[in-house]
Amino acid sequence: MSRHNRGAQTGVLALLAAAGLVAVSYRALSRRNFQRHPGDSAPGRTARQTRFGDFAVTGKTITINRPRTELFAYWRDFSNLAGFMENIVSIQPTGEDRTVWTIKAPGGQTVDVETEIVEERDGELIAWRSVEGSEIEAEGKVFFRDASADRGTEVEAIVAYKPPAGEVGRWIGKLFGREPGVQGRRELKRFKMLMETGEIADACYHAQS
Amino acid sequence: MRALTWHGHHDVRVDTVPDPEIINPRDAIIKVTATAICGSDLHLYDGVIPGMMPGDILGHEFMGEVVETGPKSTLEKGQKVVVPFTISCGSCYFCQKQQYSACDNSNPVDAQDLSEPLYGHAMSALFGYSHLTGGYAGGQSEYVRVPFSDVGPIVVPDHVEDEKVLFLSDILPTGWMAAENADIEPGDTVAVWGCGPVGLFAIQSALLMGAKQVIGIDHHPHRLELARSLGAKIVDFSRTHVGEALMEMSGGIGPDAVIDAVGMEAHGFAPDNVIEVVKQKVGVAADRGHALREALITCRKGGRVSVPGVYGGFLDKFPLGAMMQKGLQLRTGQTHVQKYTKPLLEKILNGEIDTTFLISHRLPLEQGPEGYKNFHDNQNEWTKVVLRPE
Ligand SMILES: [Zn+2]
Ligand SMILES: [Zn+2]
Repeated sequence: MSRHNRGAQTGVLALLAAAGLVAVSYRALSRRNFQRHPGDSAPGRTARQTRFGDFAVTGKTITINRPRTELFAYWRDFSNLAGFMENIVSIQPTGEDRTVWTIKAPGGQTVDVETEIVEERDGELIAWRSVEGSEIEAEGKVFFRDASADRGTEVEAIVAYKPPAGEVGRWIGKLFGREPGVQGRRELKRFKMLMETGEIADACYHAQS
Repeated sequence: MRALTWHGHHDVRVDTVPDPEIINPRDAIIKVTATAICGSDLHLYDGVIPGMMPGDILGHEFMGEVVETGPKSTLEKGQKVVVPFTISCGSCYFCQKQQYSACDNSNPVDAQDLSEPLYGHAMSALFGYSHLTGGYAGGQSEYVRVPFSDVGPIVVPDHVEDEKVLFLSDILPTGWMAAENADIEPGDTVAVWGCGPVGLFAIQSALLMGAKQVIGIDHHPHRLELARSLGAKIVDFSRTHVGEALMEMSGGIGPDAVIDAVGMEAHGFAPDNVIEVVKQKVGVAADRGHALREALITCRKGGRVSVPGVYGGFLDKFPLGAMMQKGLQLRTGQTHVQKYTKPLLEKILNGEIDTTFLISHRLPLEQGPEGYKNFHDNQNEWTKVVLRPE
């Protein structure tokens, strides 16, 4: 599916997607530790360890009171995402499964990241990663699952990224690193607002404020 | 337009600010005809609620005329509406369970970041009540932007006077929900701490729900008089041992249900209060909770505790042991106003409930700061202030 070497890099999300995987591999290493630390059911990204090799990982789950297929379809049309992701300037398709994301950077600058879809299951999952040579090496997955008791859909988004060196790296580190998950949680909440209410909450009472 | 704005501790002013505009499709703009100062506005006035910014427009109890509608609003220009103080989307899981004050979608995401560390979750946005609850401009102003105008505002008949329906915006539903949370059964004794607006409406509601006797507790003679006029028995805590009195007045059982309509600003000179005043002054911001402690200790075994009073932070010496050992049930929360507006409007229109007795002072909006000062300093005489933009 991918033209890229899927060696160490591919490992990041695959490793983390399974719940408690950090604990599981730990367990394999040491019987004694296993007795003291039985693996729990929490997603790996909620572990107290927040860096996985060179990669930082953030991920959030949100429940949206709309049908799974509707949410998937809206997300799959990537041009919609700029409507609720505040740091995205534009999203341009550049070929089958390929997209260029233009992201706001400090000082009025922007950064382009080209991604390709590496896995897609209709109504359930979209996984993407940056193509070779990208300024930011990143991969992500969004899962859509039916929530229990007609509560709608659980949407889980996970992003793993390797900040580059230099100015952009420092900025990325600032954006994601200091408050891991804050940005992602905000994006998902805006997505939820848009899907559930048709608008995004805004406390301004006049256009200039 | 002119609007009453917050500038700091005991500093509110009427300023000229930009007119509100339609921002989102479901918005409406309301021309305010009447707005009230709420007891909980005094928490802002006292500076004990975090997340206020100078210039914030206050006011969460207001009504008026629809003057502009967004494309998805269901209101029509010219309609007379009362607006709930909770801003709720109507379509999230919580709104669909009628838990409107838990709405997921009205509090902007950056404001949600403020309350999540404090409360674990963000609640619905509220009008004019700090950036913890969204930072929306309030209704103590000439005009106000009302989000989700297809869900919140209730249209009232043109011929009904403002003052008869204004309190549907907060304190009447809040008093009603407080009584509902007390699960009143016929024959019950219900004790209500605080004969302010919410306490008085809780008394009125508890009697309508079939309580045998309702006992109002306060120390302001005029407020106690109002409670009595509604049919309550009264206890003046400045001259009576409340706990002993309630035991004697309930046949040695204790009240079946207790309602704390005071919240974190409990007055009185019990030792726990004095300590907490000191803490508030030094900025620890522990809530003062004498009324709640007393209510828990006095409540009968297996009884119900209802807390409409506002708390914002942490409470020291919460008598959890009494609660657990006696098997008390506690229910609280910001009011799910939208759930109650329709049935309560009916009760007003058919004469079952009158709320106008509460209003002690009527002022033009321009004299709002005076209203705050007097409502704060002279709680006995100033029971409720209604402001009207001119
Ligand atoms: Zn109020
Ligand atoms: Zn809602």
